Amino acid sequence: MTDHTSKVLRVGALARVEGEGALYLCLQDGEVAEARLAIYEPPRFFEAFLRGRSYREPPDITARVCGICPVAYQMSACRAIEDACGVVVGGQLAALRRLLYCGEWIESQTLHIYLLHAPDFLGADSATDLARTHHADVERGLRLKQAGNAIVELLGGRAIHPINARLGGFHRLPTPSELRPLAEQLRRARDDAAATARWVADFDFPDAGCDHDLLALAEPGTYAIESGTPTVMISPSGAGLPADTNRALPTRTFDVCEFDDHVVETQVPHSTALHSRLDGHRHLTGTLARYAISGRWLSPIALEAAQDAGLGNPREGAVCRNPFRSIVVRAIEVLYAVDEALRIIDAYEPTPRACVDVPPRAGTGYGATEAPRGMLYHRYSMRDDGTITDASIVPPTAQNQGAIEHDLLRLVQERLGSGQPTDAELAFLCEKAIRNHDPCISCSAHFLNLTVLREGRSASIRDGGRDSQR
Amino acid sequence: MSAEPDHRARRPKLAVWKFASCDGCQLTLLDCEDELLGIAENMEISYFLEASSAPGPGPYDLSLVEGSVTTQHDAERIQHIRNVSSRLVTIGACATAGGVQALRNYADVAEFLAVVYARPDYIETLATSTPISAHVPVDFELRGCPIDRGQLIEVIVAFLAGRTPNVPAHSVCFECKRRGNVCVTVAHGTPCLGPVTHSGCGALCPTYGRGCYGCFGPSNSTNFGAFIPLLRRDGMNTLDVVRVLRTFNTAAPEFDAASRKELRQ
Repeated sequence: MTDHTSKVLRVGALARVEGEGALYLCLQDGEVAEARLAIYEPPRFFEAFLRGRSYREPPDITARVCGICPVAYQMSACRAIEDACGVVVGGQLAALRRLLYCGEWIESQTLHIYLLHAPDFLGADSATDLARTHHADVERGLRLKQAGNAIVELLGGRAIHPINARLGGFHRLPTPSELRPLAEQLRRARDDAAATARWVADFDFPDAGCDHDLLALAEPGTYAIESGTPTVMISPSGAGLPADTNRALPTRTFDVCEFDDHVVETQVPHSTALHSRLDGHRHLTGTLARYAISGRWLSPIALEAAQDAGLGNPREGAVCRNPFRSIVVRAIEVLYAVDEALRIIDAYEPTPRACVDVPPRAGTGYGATEAPRGMLYHRYSMRDDGTITDASIVPPTAQNQGAIEHDLLRLVQERLGSGQPTDAELAFLCEKAIRNHDPCISCSAHFLNLTVLREGRSASIRDGGRDSQR
Repeated sequence: MSAEPDHRARRPKLAVWKFASCDGCQLTLLDCEDELLGIAENMEISYFLEASSAPGPGPYDLSLVEGSVTTQHDAERIQHIRNVSSRLVTIGACATAGGVQALRNYADVAEFLAVVYARPDYIETLATSTPISAHVPVDFELRGCPIDRGQLIEVIVAFLAGRTPNVPAHSVCFECKRRGNVCVTVAHGTPCLGPVTHSGCGALCPTYGRGCYGCFGPSNSTNFGAFIPLLRRDGMNTLDVVRVLRTFNTAAPEFDAASRKELRQ
């Protein structure tokens, strides 16, 4: 019996992602009826228990949403609360915030490239498995990741949940003599980052496209990281073009205080993460979106590496819509971040005060920054004594969930069209598609469960030690 | 070359498990950049879904558990993990003291659900966030939000050597003195939880000029009767004191008791 009417494939524990998730595929008459990425990370209620806390606390508390990108939470929280208080942090303090963020970009994106994503392209199960065949490459990755951590550790005190960021700036500023050895480490890291871009550019990539609106911050003159205006690049189908169109399409912008009007969260029964739509459309935020919107502002060394890696010239409108090649774009972003960190250190001049005053006042503030996985939005309302009355956090993975499900649907449909894949093949294909987007499921509220229904029965793949029943 | 497979076959099996948490403590293992490949030489990293897509079957010699128990399913899962683990070590404030999500223990969870979700009925959760030790016997608890990389390596090395980890339980003040820091409370009147907080971070916050906020939880001897008046002297009111005790280690018995007492007064 080869013809099956209906089947459900369920991946029991998604590996090499950050957070807990499950995948559910429902196939009917050779067609994919449904692809659902279910996030079952238990809810932790940050938005609820921030109410009644002091306005000074969200940078420390929201860092605990995610151990992978705590700096992103700290920076979005600072921006939103400073916005409510009418304070803008500029000059060297803003430059040091960008340096801290570059550190997180380097360590987090390198973690994804070497430890989570590269094993997919080289037939390994893990980086330690990969180290048996590609020892020097893995060592280079760990060294590069260490350089990112070194920035966060110096500026933030420690790599995970840094303690030195605060409203208005920092508790303590680094001295130029502390930054000197860091610059030495970063110069070596710049060579490692360039070598990484060359390494991943040679991987074997399937042809694929993604037909989503792209959302990223834009700040003309620089590759937006810690500030900028939300900018949307329309999807290929919105322009009447095929999904794999690799050139820039028209963009529109909106003010960050209008974020809630444009990005609307809805809840779906299968997930503890909220889904969101951008002006009613499915959208993608993160590496591919940022590169499409800010690619023209890459530094010369990163721009040259992008072209050498086959991504074309973003100054001439080249973008990348192949999710599998996100690993190449990510490597370019790492190279950029290392180069940018060196530029900031070279230009650093100590200022007399480690922070500016942020006096409380009644009102609502909005802040968005570019976490390694995409745009992270915070909104806080507070009373005049600085007591928080309302908090809203929209992480990138919740925004990307719809786009990831759409990618899964397309890929599985294509695979079904070219033969009869086994459940294990489908599971691996789906896991790869999900890892393309580096979802941080902890942020959303770790592992993926994949379930497939075949001829009325369901198969569950890789549950490890966990019970498959959810 | 022929001897190597036999050596590998005898390596102890390591498993890393996750409950409600931010992933930061298990990431600490991946952040051991200089030691990670060495650890993988000496231990078979058998079950670690964040790092490997080929989970190996139990039983496991050492299980590291991150996160707190917040769902009925997780309360059942930790029993299974205990059954397949020779040694079980909790890593971090969530697994050891319920984590920041234990703030629900003081609140109406139905109301919390309504704040975050339009359809609370889709969400399964317990009314409490509890440490792993509330559910199964634990062989060692490693403190910290997040844990310290050096202490994690000490726990793994101690396990391989068959000895108790050398993780002192004294207060952050000892580490501050050892670093030669000027006391932020004495010199600047900055409220600091150092006197009642477990060591392990290297007195990070005072080194950066701010007061300790207690992310390693209570030290082995705390004197809140003497300590809280010091916080008040430095400008904190009752709600400030309660808030600072009720953050990342809110369900640690000492912090919980001190915050409840404060509210009664």
